[in-house]
Amino acid sequence: MTNEELKLFLSEKFPSLIIEEGNEWLTYYTEANEWKFLANELRNNTSLQFNFLFCLTCIDWKTHLTMVYHLTSTSLKHTIVIKSKLNKEKPEIETVCDIWRTAEFHEREVYDLFGVQFLNHPDLRRLLLTDDWKGHPLLKDYEDPINMIKL
Amino acid sequence: MYRTTNILESNTQSSSLGETGYMVINVGPQHPATHGVLHLVITLSGETIINVEPHLGYIHRSIEKMCESLTYRQFIYTTSRMDYLSSHINNHCCALSVEKGLQIEIPDRAKYIRIILDELTRLASHQLWWGAMAMDIGAITPFFYAFREREMINDIMEETCGARLTMNYMVPGGVMFDLHANFQKRVKEFIAFFKTKIDEYDEILTGNVIFQNRMKGVGILSKEDAISYGCTGPTARGSGVNCDVRKLYPYEIYNNIQFDEITATGCDSFARYEVRMKEMMQSLSIVEQLIDNIPEGDFQAKTKAVLKLPKGEFYTRVETARGEFGVYIVSEGATTPYRIKFRSPGFSNLSALNHMAKGSKIGDLVAIMGSIDLVIPDIDR
Repeated sequence: MTNEELKLFLSEKFPSLIIEEGNEWLTYYTEANEWKFLANELRNNTSLQFNFLFCLTCIDWKTHLTMVYHLTSTSLKHTIVIKSKLNKEKPEIETVCDIWRTAEFHEREVYDLFGVQFLNHPDLRRLLLTDDWKGHPLLKDYEDPINMIKL
Repeated sequence: MYRTTNILESNTQSSSLGETGYMVINVGPQHPATHGVLHLVITLSGETIINVEPHLGYIHRSIEKMCESLTYRQFIYTTSRMDYLSSHINNHCCALSVEKGLQIEIPDRAKYIRIILDELTRLASHQLWWGAMAMDIGAITPFFYAFREREMINDIMEETCGARLTMNYMVPGGVMFDLHANFQKRVKEFIAFFKTKIDEYDEILTGNVIFQNRMKGVGILSKEDAISYGCTGPTARGSGVNCDVRKLYPYEIYNNIQFDEITATGCDSFARYEVRMKEMMQSLSIVEQLIDNIPEGDFQAKTKAVLKLPKGEFYTRVETARGEFGVYIVSEGATTPYRIKFRSPGFSNLSALNHMAKGSKIGDLVAIMGSIDLVIPDIDR
């Protein structure tokens, strides 16, 4: 599908999605509690078939966190970006690692570096840092006087 | 003897971990077959692998956080330290992303130089993989063969950009300085030499019965699983996924070059081996097409001294020797990026290791790991 067709299709099917203009790919904002349902549809709907999650990351905007999911379809060749705003005090979102297996590692990484809780994740532990590490380094307010990261 | 494998049902895994009768062994972080500081915790039932759990982070430097305080000219140098065998290609991706944000058009000469160096890097990386993987399996000689040819590429790189590993030659706007006068002559010498040697590679290893028995039928990764695990590069192409970024989303001048995307349908370690061997020939052919046609002119576009990307987000991807490398920049319009995410191919490829190894014998693990071509700094970042 082209971007225009995709836009039309999604606006009919998911009227609650909010579009963000000005990006290379179609970008939508979704509510964190609707993400799981949306993800299932994106993966399994025969006219969408987003089967390849090629990038999963998080951004700290100081007032809130934003999860970013880059999805593409290897058969239908269209790409979409889904974002979801999370509460800074208690960041929580449903896991999607049963839909895209690669999310299991990526979500562990995001949990490790941002502290986002992925609900129903089978094995949510720190991935890169040691288990007893304090804090989440990629948050903007993280300071570590011993291991200086800022150059 | 390694080929008879019983695939265990996946639901036996979680319930039986920790029960008596299972043995847990650690491979790494200092182990010759992990090629770096990767730590695998393997649960075994006899000789059969029940679970492989990678423990990462031994070489985690928090490059993404560092980049938040580096300017758009500086952050490129950190990426040479990620996938050190594809450092040209990593630098290339970063340069491309800055050029995309600033909409800089680079001179044709720079494009040609970049592609030639990318492909030479891919060749050198595959050569190292070939030698190292053969050594993991138990064949020592290929390692010396591979390094003999790789040394020639390293010499060319050294003459061109002064470094043999962390190149830092590609900068926003083009390349750092012009080619050395000897470049074309030496690359042509290398091509002529390597063409006579690549058959030797096949003779000594590919056709070897012992080697084939070790590689065929182990580490099965179906096409659907490869996509679901986010695998890219030869790992996914060995399972029949068309994922070559050079073909799907051509950058620079790849859409004007004749080359084939290599895929195989074996889905096993040997299929991934075959893909890389054939890719070497394709890279050689790309270099051959370009080496006599490098246009004259500038090697770098004029850019401002201080680069500021406009507000927004930019995702750029290239094909490294290991798969799709992506740079995701979120810019707030300052001289440093607000957030950078490096989508490294090794990280996603490694996540499929447990799935591939489950149910195989412990002896097959090295053959599986070798075939996904892990570079640990690329995974840890």
